Amino acid sequence: MSRYIPNTEKQQKDMLDVLALASVEELFADIPKDVRLERKLDLPDAMSEMELITHMQKLASKNGNLNEYACFLGAGAYDHYIPSVVGHILSRQEFYTAYTPYQPEISQGVLQAIFEYQTMICELTGMDAANASMYDGASALAEAVVMACQATRRKEVLVYKTVHPETRAVLHTYARFNGSKIIEVDYKDGSADLKALEEKISSDTAAVVIQSPNFFGAIEALGEIGERAHQKKALLIVSADPISLGILKSPGELGADIVVGEGQSLGNAISFGGPYLGFFATTQRLVRKMPGRVVGETTDQNGSRGFVLTLQTREQHIRREKATSNICSNQALNALAATVYLTALGKQGLKQAAMLCMQKAHYAYEELIKTGQFTACFSAPFFKEFAVRSRRPVEALNRELLKEKIIGGYALGKTYCELKDSWLLAVTEKRTKEEIDRLVERVGNGETGIGGGTV
Amino acid sequence: MKEKKLIFELSQPGRRGDALPQCDVPEQDINRLIPQDYIRESEPQLPEVSEVDAVRHFTALSQRNHGVDSGFYPLGSCTMKYNPKVNEDIARFDGFSKVHPYQQEEMVQGCLELLYRTDKMLSEITGMARISLQPAAGAHGEMTGLMIMRAYHEQRGEGQRTKIIIPDSAHGTNPASAVMAGFDVIEVTSDERGGVDLESLKAAMNEEVAGLMLTNPNTLGLFDENIVEIANIVHEAGGLLYYDGANANAIMGISRPGDMGFDIVHLNLHKTFSTPHGGGGPGSGPVGVKEELVPFLPVPVVEDKGGTYFQDYDRPLSVGRVKSFYGNFGVIVKAYAYIMSMGAEGLRNASETAVLNANYIMNELKNDYLLPYDRLCMHEFVLSAQKQKDHFGVSAWDIAKNLLDGGYHPPTIYFPLIVKEAMMIEPTETESKETLDGFIEKMKHIAQEAAKDPEKVKGAPYHTVIGRLDEVKAARTPVLKWERLG
Amino acid sequence: MKVLEGLKYSKDHEWVRVEGNKAYLGITDYAQSAMGNIVFVELPEEGAEVGEGESIGVVESVKSASDLYSPLSGVVVEINEELEDMPEKINQEPYESWIAAVELNNAEELDNLMGADDYIKFLEGEA
Repeated sequence: MSRYIPNTEKQQKDMLDVLALASVEELFADIPKDVRLERKLDLPDAMSEMELITHMQKLASKNGNLNEYACFLGAGAYDHYIPSVVGHILSRQEFYTAYTPYQPEISQGVLQAIFEYQTMICELTGMDAANASMYDGASALAEAVVMACQATRRKEVLVYKTVHPETRAVLHTYARFNGSKIIEVDYKDGSADLKALEEKISSDTAAVVIQSPNFFGAIEALGEIGERAHQKKALLIVSADPISLGILKSPGELGADIVVGEGQSLGNAISFGGPYLGFFATTQRLVRKMPGRVVGETTDQNGSRGFVLTLQTREQHIRREKATSNICSNQALNALAATVYLTALGKQGLKQAAMLCMQKAHYAYEELIKTGQFTACFSAPFFKEFAVRSRRPVEALNRELLKEKIIGGYALGKTYCELKDSWLLAVTEKRTKEEIDRLVERVGNGETGIGGGTV
Repeated sequence: MKEKKLIFELSQPGRRGDALPQCDVPEQDINRLIPQDYIRESEPQLPEVSEVDAVRHFTALSQRNHGVDSGFYPLGSCTMKYNPKVNEDIARFDGFSKVHPYQQEEMVQGCLELLYRTDKMLSEITGMARISLQPAAGAHGEMTGLMIMRAYHEQRGEGQRTKIIIPDSAHGTNPASAVMAGFDVIEVTSDERGGVDLESLKAAMNEEVAGLMLTNPNTLGLFDENIVEIANIVHEAGGLLYYDGANANAIMGISRPGDMGFDIVHLNLHKTFSTPHGGGGPGSGPVGVKEELVPFLPVPVVEDKGGTYFQDYDRPLSVGRVKSFYGNFGVIVKAYAYIMSMGAEGLRNASETAVLNANYIMNELKNDYLLPYDRLCMHEFVLSAQKQKDHFGVSAWDIAKNLLDGGYHPPTIYFPLIVKEAMMIEPTETESKETLDGFIEKMKHIAQEAAKDPEKVKGAPYHTVIGRLDEVKAARTPVLKWERLG
Repeated sequence: MKVLEGLKYSKDHEWVRVEGNKAYLGITDYAQSAMGNIVFVELPEEGAEVGEGESIGVVESVKSASDLYSPLSGVVVEINEELEDMPEKINQEPYESWIAAVELNNAEELDNLMGADDYIKFLEGEA
C-alpha cells in the first residue's frame, strides 16, 4: 500500500468480497480497453518522506532566497515583514484543509474571518462592499473591467500605461476573447497624462483604469481622473497598493467605482509569484454586479448572529453562463493571511508600516541622487518605490549588487523601451539603513563599476 | 455563548502589537514628501488588539470550522483527500517561499526546474504534450483552455466556430468559463445513463461549433463508455474536445484523457493532487494540450536548455498571460511533492482505492436511499433522498444537517441538477474502511430516523455552534461588512 | 394556485394586465411559489425598448434566478420601485406586484397570450 492510503490489502479484499468482485480491475469495466493505459506511468520512483525532504531541499537550495539577500526588487511583489502569528494561524488545519464554506453551521470560522476581511478591505479602500478574494491583482483588475463593461453596457476601456505591464497583458488576454477593447493611454513624467485621457475618452468608454501608486511608484491624482471618467458616465477603476492605504487617501474618497489590487503585501509570502491575493471592492450601487463569493451576516432560528455565503445568484454554480464571472475557487487562505496581518499590525501598525516604507524609500532615493551617478526619472510624489536614471547599465548594477548579497531594482527597459537606463527600486520597512547605505555605496561610485553589458 | 465577537468588537483604542521597529533613517515631515491632499484624514478602522487577543480570536474561529483533519469529508466532486503535512513544510522552505518572481533566472533555477518537471509529470499523467501551470484554479484553467481552443480555430481561419457544447450535468463553471472565453453555450441533455447522447451530439455539431466540454467520469460518477465515439464525432466535425479534470482522481494511471481523444485538459491540483483547499482557495488549475495546440499556451513557458531552465516569452501564437507571474507556485510545490511521494504505482493505487471506497459505500447504502444509477461507479456516486422526501418530507438538506451532528461533512447536495434530492458522495482513497463503515452506519441511522421521527430529523443540526441560518434575510438585506455602532 | 380572470398569461408564467395601450407585467402565483422566497428584483430602466420575448429584468430567490421575459414589445414606461426594497411583496401579492409597464408597439401580440382558463390548463399540463 502507498503512503496516504490506509486500507490494508486484507481490508480491500473484504470490500471487494462485499461487492462480489474478484479484483479491483473489475471496477473499471466501463472504461473501454482501447483507452486504458496498458503500462505504468513514466514517473520517478516514489520517495519516502525522508528522501522527499532531501530532494526538495536540494531543489530549494538552487534558488537565491530573501533570507540571504536584501531585496530592493518590487515591481508588483514586495518583501514586507510578516508577523509570526500569521503563519501560526494559517497552519491551523480547520482553516487550511477546509473546503469552501457551503455548510455554514460547520464553517462559521472561515465565514466570519472572510466577513472580517471584507470589512477591512472596505476600510482600506473606502468602498461599500468587498468580495471574498480573486486570484491575484491582475485577474482582479481583469474582472473589474468585465464588470464595468457589463454595468455600463459599453465595450471600450482606457488603461494607463503606468499600470503594471503584466497586469495590462492579462487585461489584453481577457479582452481579446470577451469582445471588449483595451485602449492604452500614455503617461507623462511618470504619471497619468490627463490630456491623453481627454483625447481618448468618449461615450463608448466603460471605464478608466489607473494604478496608484503606479508601476513607477508614483501616486496618481485619482480625483481628477475620476472626474474625467464620470463626466462621460464611465467608471473609475483603481488598482491600489494596500500598504499605501495606511496613509494615503482611499480611492473611495476620491471617487473610485471599483477598487482592486494585489494583496500579497498583506501577510502573504512572496513565494515566486503566488499564491497571492486579489482584493476587489465596489460601491453599494454596483454590488450585485460584483464577481466572486461574498459573505453576509444573518441570524439563526434563535436570533444568534451568524454568517453565510450570500448574493449567490451572481455566481456560476447558480447562474451558469449568465454568472458575473466563472470564478469558483478563490484565494481564501491568502485573504485569511491578510486578515490576520491587518489584525496583528492594527490601526497604528499599518500606518507605521506605510510610514517606514515611505521614509526609507525617500532616504534611499535622496542618497542615490547625492552620489551623482543617478538622476531623477520623474517628479511626481512616490510612496515605497521610485525610478532613477542611471549612468551605468542597470543590469550591471544588479550583477554587482549580488556580490553584496543585495537584489537590486527592476530594469524598466525590459518593459518600457523609452526607459532603458531607468532603475525601479522598492524599499519596504524591512530594509535597514545599513542595507540602504551598502547599496548606495556599491552603486554610487562610478569608478568601481564593472561597466556595460546586458544579461 | 453561540455568537462569536468580531475582531473589531474586541478592539480597545490605543492597544497595539509591536511587530515593527522604529525608523532607523533620518525622518522627514510627511508633508514634505507627499502633498497634503493625498494624505488620509481619518485612519482605516482596523482592530486594535494585543497579540494574545488576536491569537485567541482566530483560534476560536478555527474551532468553529470543519476541516479534513477534523473528520470525514465526502463532498462529491471536490476530492477532499488528506493533505500531507510534509508538503506544507516543504512549501515553506525559504528556497521556495522567499523567492522574488523577478529574480534573475540563474537565481531561480530550482523554481524553474520544479515547474518544468511538474509540467512533464502532469503531461505524462494526462497524455498531453505540454502543461501550463499559470491558471490559478479550475475555472481559470477552463477559461484558459477555451481561449486556446478559440485561438486555434481562429489561426486556422475558422473564427466562426463560436459555440461550445456542454452537457446539462456539467459543473456551473463550464458554461461560465465558456462565456468568459467569448463562446456561446449549447447545452445538450444527458442520456438516461448520464452520458452524452450520441444522436443529440451529432445533431448539434456543425461548422460553428468549436468543441465539446466534458467531465469523464461525469458528475454522476459514471465513465462515459462511448468516449471514443464521442471524440470521433467531435473531431470529424472539426471541433476539439475539452476535458474538465474535476474527476481525474478516478483515472490516474488507468486511463489518460489524451488517449481518450481529448485535446485540452485542466486539472485541479487542489483536488487530485492533494493540495489543501484553504477554505475556498488557493487552488491551481494547470491546463494541458496536445502537440498542435502547444504554440497557443500562455506565456511564459519554462524550457530546458541543457540543464539550464529559462522562460520562453517568444511565442507569437500564445493566448497571452492569464495571471501575473507563473501561477500559484506554492500550491504547485505541494503537488509536485505529492507526485514524488506517490510515484506511478502510488497514483494508480490512489485511483483504484478511491473507486473501491466509493463502490463500497454505494453498495452499503443502496437499500436505504434511492440509487438512481444502480451500476458500478467510479470515484463518486449520486444517491437521492427522493424516498425520504416523498414518504416523510425529509430532504437531502435535512440529511446533510443530520450528518453535521455526527461530525461528518455532508456530501454535495442538489448537484448534479439532473437528479432530484441529489447527494453526491466522494470518499477519496485516504479514508480507512473503519471510517467508511462509521459513515455508512450514520447514513443508515438517519434513514431509519427519517421514517421513525421525521420532525426530529428536520430540526437538525442540534449540536453545531449555530443553528440553521436565515439565508433569505442575508440575501434580501445584505450586510456585507461590520459597521461601528453609533 | 391562484389564477385571476381578466389577465393574460405567458408560458413563462408571467401575467399581463392591459390598461389602454399600456401593459403591466408580473409573475404568477405559480411562479412565485415555485421560486420560494424572493430576495431581489432587478428592474428594467424606464425608457428602455424591449422586443417580444426579451429579458427586461430578473427575479431572484436565494438559490435561483429567473429572467423576466417581456411577452410584448414596446417601451418601458413605468417600473415598480417598491419591489427594490420589498421583493417579498411578489410572494405575498403576486398579482398586485407588477414589475414593469410597457407601452405596446403592437397590440396584436396580446393574441399570443393565454386567458385564465387556458393558463389553468397549461398549469395542469406542467404538473
